[in-house]
Amino acid sequence: MTGRRTVVPFGPQHPVLPEPIHLDLVIEDEKVIEAIPSIGYVHRGLEKLVEKKDYKNYVYIAERICGICSFIHSLGYCQGVENIMGVEVPERAHYLRTIWSEYSRMHSHLLWMGLFADAMGFENLFMNCWRIREQVLDMMEETTGGRVIQGSCKVGGVRKDISVAKLKEMSERIEKTKADVEEINHVFFDDSTVIHRTKGIGYLSKDDAYHLGAVGPTARGCGVAIDIRKTGYAAYPELDFEPVVESGGDCYSRCMVRAKEVVQSADLIRQAIEKIPGGDIDVKVKGNPEGEYFSRVEQPRGECIHYLKGNGKKFLVRERVRTPTLTNIPPLVRMLAGCEMADVPVIVLTIDPCIGCAER
Amino acid sequence: MGKITFTMSKRILKSLASGPATLRYPHEPAKRYEASRGHIEINIDDCIYCGLCSKNCPADAIEVSKDDRTWEIDRFRCIICNSCVEACPKDCLSTSNVYLEPVFSGPLKDRSVGPEPEPEVKEE
Amino acid sequence: MTIEEQLITEITVESLLEEVKTKSDAGYRLVQIGCTRIEDAFEINYSFEKDYRFENLRVTIGEDVRMPSISDIYWGSFIYENEMHDLYGIGVDGMNIDFNGYLFKTSIPHPFRDAPAVTVKKVPKKMDEENKTSGGEE
Repeated sequence: MTGRRTVVPFGPQHPVLPEPIHLDLVIEDEKVIEAIPSIGYVHRGLEKLVEKKDYKNYVYIAERICGICSFIHSLGYCQGVENIMGVEVPERAHYLRTIWSEYSRMHSHLLWMGLFADAMGFENLFMNCWRIREQVLDMMEETTGGRVIQGSCKVGGVRKDISVAKLKEMSERIEKTKADVEEINHVFFDDSTVIHRTKGIGYLSKDDAYHLGAVGPTARGCGVAIDIRKTGYAAYPELDFEPVVESGGDCYSRCMVRAKEVVQSADLIRQAIEKIPGGDIDVKVKGNPEGEYFSRVEQPRGECIHYLKGNGKKFLVRERVRTPTLTNIPPLVRMLAGCEMADVPVIVLTIDPCIGCAER
Repeated sequence: MGKITFTMSKRILKSLASGPATLRYPHEPAKRYEASRGHIEINIDDCIYCGLCSKNCPADAIEVSKDDRTWEIDRFRCIICNSCVEACPKDCLSTSNVYLEPVFSGPLKDRSVGPEPEPEVKEE
Repeated sequence: MTIEEQLITEITVESLLEEVKTKSDAGYRLVQIGCTRIEDAFEINYSFEKDYRFENLRVTIGEDVRMPSISDIYWGSFIYENEMHDLYGIGVDGMNIDFNGYLFKTSIPHPFRDAPAVTVKKVPKKMDEENKTSGGEE
């Protein structure tokens, strides 16, 4: 019976996919021989809008590239413009940006953990992950005014300050959230259902991960220690942390990385709240950007690049966004080759695909 | 075959004791906080129709007319980003934390008409 | 807060494959390939990283020049090369997975190819109204 190949289309509409990606799965019996990805269902041309919106207002569009890592997109964009123009952002603004970035990461990872549980049919775990995520979203809304689109980052600093009393309350509440997360992590690490569906599935070797350009938890789950936070943007140089690295290279390892990163983020928020200095939260920005800059930030899904080029006018010439999902597609293709048909949804989810992000 | 573990049992017992984590919306009002951005409000009496809010609006949702003394906002375009509130020189704009009711179709424009200007000093 | 140093090396199309091979042999990973339209040319940035050292190779090409594919060296580069082809209309030779322009399904072919408009003014209020009523906007 070998040698008879069938092509099974997977997506763009599929119960497990939150966003449209299409895969042509070439299968032999139940085994996937090759997967050919295809995207392009939600291309919005946001990069082109930079020619029509002035550079200060483009922040709002940068933020809307993705609904999950919205804050970090705006941070990446603002950081790029500031570095072109040589604007010195106050220290307090850097810390506030760091705090919100880490909240974003927690919210994104918890959302992913829920979806992942859902993909393997563990509905109860899905529900519990999202219940914890709600605590994080509440903190975001209380401090910025927005649950998902925060709108608190601007060129030259941040738009909202957090009072000392609020910071103290946040640091107490983050401990509670952390305890809840640790409890749920225990399920991800030890539950036999989870282990059955993830261990040894979707294997990617360390070399492949590195050379195919995997970033974020996808790379770190394969033992490649890349974490752009270590390049020292925002207030990260002053915080004490090490990238979470797992060497398994399978779905279980990628899940472990994310689960551990939620706890790490809670820890980073606590550190940032302890160290936050007083002072201004923004500086006035005058003039227009002239020059170019590759602004790199670590999103929940991995390294994101905002390349900005200005020519001294109000409108930038080019903004190029390279989001983590786009570069995680080649590693995904490699992971899928040789897997079982029934494991495809789980493997696709382990790269945390955000297609809206990938196509801008 | 790994060992069967009952990792969720503690959580289930807790949930039984604590009641639901969700709100019965719309029977109960949605959560909102002091900082929540619900919608933009204007105190038209203080408005000087300078148009700065309209210029600073990233979504082109605000229209101001000095001649007609009107200030109009398109609720469908507005992204409630707070830019106009920050730009207003007279502090007559504010962001309310009340979310507007959902509607079925647009356009949804709110027009505020300012008071007649005080008559110039009369000469008799 | 540290500002990353921007290392950009200008190279020619002919030496591209050679330079990329050197990077690959030195253990760099491919970070991205990005394209920028500047007046009557395209600027293509190939970004690489090793141990948080971020480097760029820049190729500036005219409108009708075809690019060689680097997918023999970096297997994962097909996604960027197809993107470059679909959005900018730059031909790329020898890709390992060629989508023939169907990676990004855009209503206008090569939407980013045209040079940016020199000045963009806010639409006057009157025209704006007309657009809305005729449904011309968005």
